[in-house]
Amino acid sequence: MQLDHKIISQEVPPESKVLDLGCGNGELLDILVRQKQVKAQGIELDEGAIYQCVEKGLSVFHGDIDSGLGEYPDKSFDYVILNQSMQQARKVDFVIQEALRVGEKVIVGFPNFCYIKSRFMFFFRGKAPVTKSLPYHWYDSPNVHFLSIGDFRQYCKEQNITVVKSYYLGNNRLVRIWPNLFALNAIFVLER
Amino acid sequence: MKEKSLGIVKEEFFTFAEGPHELKLDSGQSLGPVTLAYEVYGKLNEEKSNAILVEHAFSGDAHAAGLHNESDKDPGWWDDLIGPGKALDTEKYFVICANVIGGCKGSTGPSSINPKTGKEYGLDFPIITIADMVKAQKHLIDYLGIKKLLCVIGGSMGGMQALQWVTSFPDKVKSVIPIATALKHSPQQIAFDEVGRQAVMADPNWHEGNYYAKKVKPERGLAVARMVGHITYMSDKSMEEKFSRRLREKDSSFKFTADFEVEGYLRYRGDSFVKRFDANSYLYITKAMDYFDLSGTKFLAKDKHVDTRFLVIAFKSDWLYPAYQSQEIVRQLKIRGLEATYCEVNSTYGHDAFLLEIKEETHLIKHFLAKTFKG
Repeated sequence: MQLDHKIISQEVPPESKVLDLGCGNGELLDILVRQKQVKAQGIELDEGAIYQCVEKGLSVFHGDIDSGLGEYPDKSFDYVILNQSMQQARKVDFVIQEALRVGEKVIVGFPNFCYIKSRFMFFFRGKAPVTKSLPYHWYDSPNVHFLSIGDFRQYCKEQNITVVKSYYLGNNRLVRIWPNLFALNAIFVLER
Repeated sequence: MKEKSLGIVKEEFFTFAEGPHELKLDSGQSLGPVTLAYEVYGKLNEEKSNAILVEHAFSGDAHAAGLHNESDKDPGWWDDLIGPGKALDTEKYFVICANVIGGCKGSTGPSSINPKTGKEYGLDFPIITIADMVKAQKHLIDYLGIKKLLCVIGGSMGGMQALQWVTSFPDKVKSVIPIATALKHSPQQIAFDEVGRQAVMADPNWHEGNYYAKKVKPERGLAVARMVGHITYMSDKSMEEKFSRRLREKDSSFKFTADFEVEGYLRYRGDSFVKRFDANSYLYITKAMDYFDLSGTKFLAKDKHVDTRFLVIAFKSDWLYPAYQSQEIVRQLKIRGLEATYCEVNSTYGHDAFLLEIKEETHLIKHFLAKTFKG
């Protein structure tokens, strides 16, 4: 199992109500349904991914996470997940605020732009970074926001968002020291 | 599993609402006796938990799949989706399809004999609604001994009936699949229906609906109505692909004959429609669709417990029932916190897509039903 999926599934208690924004082919939700018997709902923009979700027996809405969660009452989910989709949302600030409104807790997972290899590529080679967690080229990247772990911590502080837990992920293992330099990905558990 | 055809299927009839037990309609009037023409495919299991009700669209009928006899050229209208190994797998599920009341394909409608007069109802037939159609089907489902339907599925007007089913009988429906449909008819949809009705009523052979005894039919009016209908079922792109500006003959005639292929197609569609459809049914059923309105709190009353699963399907190029109308269904489901899936299929076929995008529909419906059946 992917490390980020493992961490998130450990974080979510059994039988929670979960909304996964940008759920892709439903791999994570499928794990959560099988292992934690969660009540799962996904939202995904890609039509092909919708068919894969339905094949797994998941409930998923074909749509854009940028258009918000207006229909959902406050705190209608135990967990709202934004794993590797936050940096692809155009109105990312709005999406995070909406996630915090409809979810008791929010789990975000994102690639760290200031990973040491990125810094090398940028500083010594004068190139936009391509790493394991940021595998795209400048011309084919779905990412529209580039942030570091430090950036996100600062954002949470400014927005009065409580960071309940944070995990820093390297190659298949957790990173303990200097995460902003050594982590490929980060997972934050947030609440307000 | 290899897909096979159902083979020969049989139409059946169920009559109820006789004597004092007439069917009470939304209009306040009553109707009785009521006959429903229906077909069933597959086997009802012992627990009676595998029954799927298929709802037909405006001009459809109970003959959804299979053939009526060996020499039948065309199978039922949704044969691609219903049969062994298909989306509605008749080796697993028991599939039911009934002609709507107000129709002209075996169920009681304006062309049926009014027992009070011994003549065709004509305009004495009461105005019916989508909810009345569903109410009549409920009698059939009870008669078949089914306590809870595994699924109610339909496209266009069939989708409206599916949405009405869960609204009228929320505890009788385990899942609903509304396809290319809406919670209410928009002014544009009502407008197209009204043009069709006016075309029928403007035909001198209509005789205020009493054309049956006169041995004439308002064929021209009904054909024009159907031609307008067919335009709304296609998309700009699908018409370009199907006809472009191609001519039927080598040169233009410089007369008002059908020069263009699209003209010929519409005339053919109009002419074949009048052979199989009753003009008064056209009026009654389009009116039922226009009255349909489950918007806001009318859909899934708040005081009722609902745990029905939904699969909502829309098509990108459908401008008659645009995707925003399906998204409005989804919006209501989100407000109610119901388990639902929505897919907007990328199709160029327009509204007709629900009869044509078989591969995508099969994938979605098959897996959704499997999950619903398994629980």
